[in-house]
Amino acid sequence: MQKVFERPKGLTDNEFAYCPGCLHSVVHRMIAEVMEELDIIQNTVCVCPVGCSVFMYEYMACDVIEAAHGRAPAVATGVKRVLPDRVVFAYQGDGDLASIGTAEIIHAAARGEQLSVIFINNATYGMTGGQMAPTTLIGQKSTTCKMGRDPQISGYPIKICEMLATLDGPSYIERVAPTSPAGLVKTKKAIKKAFQNQIDGKRFSMVEVLSNCPQQWHMNPIDTFKFIEDEVSKVFPPGVYVDR
Amino acid sequence: MTTRKLIKGNIAICHGAVAAKCDAFFGYPITPQNEIPELMSDLMPANGGIFLQAESEISAISMVYGAACAGKRAMTSSSSPGISLKQEGISYIAACELPCVIVNVQRGGPGLGNTLPSQADYFQTVKGGGHGDYKMLTLAPWSAQECYEFMPLAFDLADRYQNPAMILMDAIVGQMLEPVDLHNNFEICDYSKSWATIGARGRAHNIINSLWIDPEVMENLNLRMQAKYAAAQLHETRYAEYRTDDAELILVAYGSPARIAKTVVDMARDEGMAVGLLRPITLFPFPSARIAEYAKNGSRFMALEMSAGQMVEDVRLAVNGMADVAFYGRTGGVVPTPTDILNVVRASFSKPPVFSSYPSERRSVK
Repeated sequence: MQKVFERPKGLTDNEFAYCPGCLHSVVHRMIAEVMEELDIIQNTVCVCPVGCSVFMYEYMACDVIEAAHGRAPAVATGVKRVLPDRVVFAYQGDGDLASIGTAEIIHAAARGEQLSVIFINNATYGMTGGQMAPTTLIGQKSTTCKMGRDPQISGYPIKICEMLATLDGPSYIERVAPTSPAGLVKTKKAIKKAFQNQIDGKRFSMVEVLSNCPQQWHMNPIDTFKFIEDEVSKVFPPGVYVDR
Repeated sequence: MTTRKLIKGNIAICHGAVAAKCDAFFGYPITPQNEIPELMSDLMPANGGIFLQAESEISAISMVYGAACAGKRAMTSSSSPGISLKQEGISYIAACELPCVIVNVQRGGPGLGNTLPSQADYFQTVKGGGHGDYKMLTLAPWSAQECYEFMPLAFDLADRYQNPAMILMDAIVGQMLEPVDLHNNFEICDYSKSWATIGARGRAHNIINSLWIDPEVMENLNLRMQAKYAAAQLHETRYAEYRTDDAELILVAYGSPARIAKTVVDMARDEGMAVGLLRPITLFPFPSARIAEYAKNGSRFMALEMSAGQMVEDVRLAVNGMADVAFYGRTGGVVPTPTDILNVVRASFSKPPVFSSYPSERRSVK
């Protein structure tokens, strides 16, 4: 019988420990497929974050570095500057990238570092138990804003794509929502472009993936997709923010 | 061929880094070490290396972490408040058993302090600084010449022990102009770095990580690190001695206070007091065994520091109650004069103080 679907070579044989319905596994798989399609598994260094995807090094078949919380863009910069012919990518969540690591991501983007960054925005701190994130929506409940995020107390969600698009450094910034077949195709295409850009010698590329957290949002996975499409996408509109 | 140049300690650090075949420098401006990133921005590209000014000290040490993961010789430099910010990265680098060199040209503190000479970062340097049980191999130069020569040594120690190494200076050592022989009598070893994350070509993927959920695995890492530190204590302890053979009182000092102490030793000897100087060159590992030997033979000690008394604790631990350990220190950027120290020495020999010919002291004596 013909084999039509198999595990991409960019993944190890380890089973994902992510919660059922979580999009981390989907995005991990897409990155692995992209590495395989571009034939760069043996030439790639992955820098992983702190958060749910802290165990990413268990799953990626390429060389992997575990960074301190928020520092992945700086660590990736250190690698890329001394190994300019390798493909270096950072994978970060919204706590990592949009809160504790804002300086690192802004300056890596401003310098136009030749990096690919995959930014998973699920509007919560999943790993630590569902606290308020920099990207938590106004009114969205969390364990540290139990009545919903109140802008009088906690301010407003940070829009990273829009912020980084004001800089001259980035070559490519896109926000995607992998909540439908079309969205999944777009997401894979965007991730591939972020990697291809680096191979082509372009500057900083970042893909923000609007992700979910069935566990901390207290929703079943299907409802999380609807929430992303109806609510999250209004605050964080998908689209291409920079492409040059 | 050796060139002899009149340069600052900070400049000597840069030439030493080039002699050590440093591949990458990441830094952030802070006084009194700015000569280092400024000169490195020229020297690194000129020697095929990387210079990058980071957005913060935190990012600079994170970049060092990345370049070290890539198997390269990487360094950063800063001064006290900036070194505080680097502690996160240093802990990770130590836990991942990565080599790198960090230069701290200490300034007066705590807080923003001032840009004047101080040694108040001793605890931070040798007792941890960041979180977790780790040590930094620490070299304390007392001259521009040693700044130059300790860079290749620091990189070698870092590579050999797969551990961060620190050059701990004070603002005098960093800023003082001295003649330096820029020789090239260094053996730069090529260490195998099969663990480096450079792309998994022809092998299984390498992982550089400090997250170990299983407590026994985490403890095993700690045990391996402690064994490494015990080996360093045995093989890497360095110190210098001056007129200690028959000394009743041994002054213990490092960095610029050791130079002042050397003057005091001669002044005291001229007055018939048997005083010597023991200068720790490595602060970790500390020359505890040597100090204990002198304590057994009846010497007493006086630690001299530009701090409120930090290294003195290691002298006391070494002496372990066998002898008296006195302390004299100045803080906040104040540098003790030879007469300051001589008077403390005289008092310990029950002799009255002498008045100083130093203008600053004349001002304070009404």
